[in-house]
Amino acid sequence: MRLCGEGLGWRSGSHWIVQDVTLEIAPGEVFGLIGPNGSGKSTLLRLLAGLSRPTRGEALLDGTPLGRLGAREVARRLAFVQQQAETADRITVRDAVELGRTPWLSALQPWSAEDDRHVARAIAATDMQRFEARDWATLSGGERQRVHIARALAQQPRVLLLDEPTNHLDIRHQLSILQLVAGLGLTTVIALHDLNQAMGCDRLGVMQGGRLVAVGAPAEILTPPLLERVFGVRARALVDPDDGTRHLRFDPIA
Amino acid sequence: MSLAADTSPMRGLGRIGCLGWRLAGAALILGAAVLGGICIGETRIPPGTVLAVLANRLFDAGFPVAPIDDGIVWAYRLTRALVAAGCGAGLAVCGVILQALLRNPLADPYLLGISAGASTGAVLVAVAGIGAGAVSMSLGAFAGAVAAFAIVAALARAAGGGVGTRGAGLIILSGIAGSQLFNALTSFLIARSANAEQARGILFWLMGNLSGVRWPDVALALPAAVLIVVVALWHTRALDAFTFGADSAAALGVPVRRVQALLILATALATAALVSITGSIGFVGLVVPHAARLLAGPRHGTMMPLAALIGAVFLIAADVLSRIVVPGQVLPIGVVTALVGAPAFALILVRGRAAG
Repeated sequence: MRLCGEGLGWRSGSHWIVQDVTLEIAPGEVFGLIGPNGSGKSTLLRLLAGLSRPTRGEALLDGTPLGRLGAREVARRLAFVQQQAETADRITVRDAVELGRTPWLSALQPWSAEDDRHVARAIAATDMQRFEARDWATLSGGERQRVHIARALAQQPRVLLLDEPTNHLDIRHQLSILQLVAGLGLTTVIALHDLNQAMGCDRLGVMQGGRLVAVGAPAEILTPPLLERVFGVRARALVDPDDGTRHLRFDPIA
Repeated sequence: MSLAADTSPMRGLGRIGCLGWRLAGAALILGAAVLGGICIGETRIPPGTVLAVLANRLFDAGFPVAPIDDGIVWAYRLTRALVAAGCGAGLAVCGVILQALLRNPLADPYLLGISAGASTGAVLVAVAGIGAGAVSMSLGAFAGAVAAFAIVAALARAAGGGVGTRGAGLIILSGIAGSQLFNALTSFLIARSANAEQARGILFWLMGNLSGVRWPDVALALPAAVLIVVVALWHTRALDAFTFGADSAAALGVPVRRVQALLILATALATAALVSITGSIGFVGLVVPHAARLLAGPRHGTMMPLAALIGAVFLIAADVLSRIVVPGQVLPIGVVTALVGAPAFALILVRGRAAG
């Protein structure tokens, strides 16, 4: 499923948080969104997810504006994993994943065996079977993020948006989350902070001051001049002598 | 996965069978509570007599019953029990809705300024003489409740919140501001113009009072309670979707603004109607949702009906207690609910801390 933004802009008061963003994400593509803090990544994701209504422009799923689809229809096609959504309720992992069936249910369409199947499949895809009956409060940050992804998968989405899903996780969980997302085969937009991790995406978009200033393959984007301009750091690409992969090293500008 | 497919139809059947049994059980418990509420009092009336009166009134059965028993059962105790049940169920469900929508365990139906506004309205009628005797205290209370809610809603909106994904905190703060304002107005009116007799009557009303409840009150309380329970049950999945906040609910396809606006408005109107009949009975809307959650878990599909049942039975019991604790005197029912509710709530808080 193709996700597009056309001239997207979002204003808070008189301040434009996102301006003039036009982008197109191809079916099955993993698109990384990078940029410094406050550059508008999260807001752009919210616009693409239909959670905020754009002040200007529109987001489209296979050519249909999100506003015309309606929240429920959007949620059947597109799932959004927020940055650290928390709850104080005493729910189990299974309960949390079952929430993903919400857009497919109503008072007149009650829970069915099919819903059970989708929930089981989502839990299996995120490798959380052992945790099914565990209380939310007992999960680690990485486990919670996996449950959120399982909940998103239970929506049967064709597009998955993730807002810095590896934030605050230890390195092992960061890598396992990224590996999980990359292996899903869904059209994916993922906001990331770690630029070396961003290298694993099919394409990257760079946000700066609310604008999308560069789009392209990671090797074209993650260049020392661009990183210095956008992030204000000196970057050097090192090559791993073992397998020849590029790795970025950063230093402050003196 | 094949295992899930095999067991699920059985589970579905189990759920339906379960639902029938649960409904029957709930009806039985509620019926027993109402019967108990009618039997117990300063004059004890045997259940047989109560059932005879009900059979006579409802089905023209023609059992021989003393007129005094008939009067007590039909005109006094049954109406009290039914209004208590309606208020208990309605307030408990309103509490569940607001706690879920606002993501705040301390939310209760009076958070939106409704009880404060109702008090001011009632006092305006009773003490300041607004309406010159043509307006009842209940009508004044209802008008005050609606006015206070309108002010709180307008304030939340003007502050940039109201409904939407980031509105919960602003609604709570606006409710506090509105409640404080109307409580101050009530105190001002009482201090300025009430004599001792009036002040006592007002105090009684402010604490919640089922004395003087008659059939017209039943005709308002029961529909209000049934309506809010039906609206709540219709939205249990949407309320579940708020588990991880309003943003998450929106991402799950819940039309957040519409659901919030509808549920908050319905909650406000139901609470206003109930409070205008009985005064502001405290603690039911705060404590019963927590009790239901502890017993049935956080899923609204199961805990919502349970909260309604517990609320109804709890208020019937509180009403009985308020009539028999001090012989020859009726306590305000709000005193009883608070005396039972406060320790219960303290227990929940301590347990919550232990769990956290």
